[in-house]
Amino acid sequence: MEIFLQLLFSFIFTACFGVIFNAPTKAIPYCGLVGSIGWIVYYVLMDYGVTTEVQSSFIGAFIVAIVAQVFARRFKMPMIIFNVSGIIPLVPGGIAYNTMRNIVELDYNLGIQNGMRAFMISGAIAMGLVFAEVIIQLVMRMFNKGKTSMQTYARAKRREKGGHL
Amino acid sequence: METKEQNYEMALDTFLLAGKIMMESGAETYRVEDTMLRMARSQSIEDAQSYVTPTGIILSLGRRQITKITSISTRITDLHKIAKVNSVSRKLSSKIITLEEAYDELRKIQKTNYFLPVHLQILAAAIASSCFMVLFNGLWSDIPAAFVAGGVGYFVVIIIQDMTKVKFFSEFFASLVVGFIASLAVHFDLGSEMDKIIVGSVMPLVPGVLITNAVRDLMAGHFTAGIAKGTEAFLTAFAIGSGIAIVVAF
Repeated sequence: MEIFLQLLFSFIFTACFGVIFNAPTKAIPYCGLVGSIGWIVYYVLMDYGVTTEVQSSFIGAFIVAIVAQVFARRFKMPMIIFNVSGIIPLVPGGIAYNTMRNIVELDYNLGIQNGMRAFMISGAIAMGLVFAEVIIQLVMRMFNKGKTSMQTYARAKRREKGGHL
Repeated sequence: METKEQNYEMALDTFLLAGKIMMESGAETYRVEDTMLRMARSQSIEDAQSYVTPTGIILSLGRRQITKITSISTRITDLHKIAKVNSVSRKLSSKIITLEEAYDELRKIQKTNYFLPVHLQILAAAIASSCFMVLFNGLWSDIPAAFVAGGVGYFVVIIIQDMTKVKFFSEFFASLVVGFIASLAVHFDLGSEMDKIIVGSVMPLVPGVLITNAVRDLMAGHFTAGIAKGTEAFLTAFAIGSGIAIVVAF
């Protein structure tokens, strides 16, 4: 029940960010899907205490990038559209806020501690995104050798379409 | 000879315009570079070189060809424009449209405002802020307060950004207003956890995209761009933090 609730609200949350970042209208539901898949992975990992928050963020972002890549290829849109809103639930906004608050209240020790946490988590998110992207590129290159450039890819696609018509 | 030179100039303008629109819409640096060079290769201009930073682009078509600079003064997140430019670049690369058609399309993209109506954006920000309460173990009773604070916060950003054109200023005021509304809500018993309400409501302003883009640029070897974007993200975070800080301190 709880997981279902989390899925639903992370979907709405991410889709709203899709609207704020002005994603193309037909991509907005898929932005929501990307975000909710990434968040549910993070949530389950954290809930069962499998990994720490940094590792969970890394894995969540990794999943976000993979799903984003799938949608990007499917809709022929740049990947940034899907992963920018997809990572929003993982972004450590709360911790960053606590950092600022601690510093204002002159509790520098706790502030540095929280700041480090926020830094590590956002670093992990970015690492997850880049890792996934690189691995996907490697795998794709293995699958279609010689078809590395977008131009040949597009040309092949066009030929394929022509063949069907 | 004359026509060939004109052609080169047209090509350079087209590639540079594509790069400018993408950079202004918040695309990653390596994507901008990749798009411009890919378009150049499709027009059989093989040795084009580009230097892309978040504040300007330099593009040269080769050793004996012309070079142009364009400056980039505003940067927002507009994924729709990135998608549009991307599709123009794809069409040009696969020779579906000509260079002239691509230039016209890019000019049209540059002039058009693809943003959804403002009230829809504000509604989205408000809903996002209230969803945050559920995701981060907030109380269900805090949802209305977060809804109002998030919506008003985003509204203030849009209004002040329009008036002053200074990003730091608009974010500072928005977070100030968010903090004020949250503390009012707690004061009048309409909400109970002020921290969570504030965090949820500033989420639409938080520079999460900038931070991740900065790190990705750094990893791709675009150190100038990475540092510049990181600085912008830090400034934004600082603006939000100091706005909230003023409310918290009193």
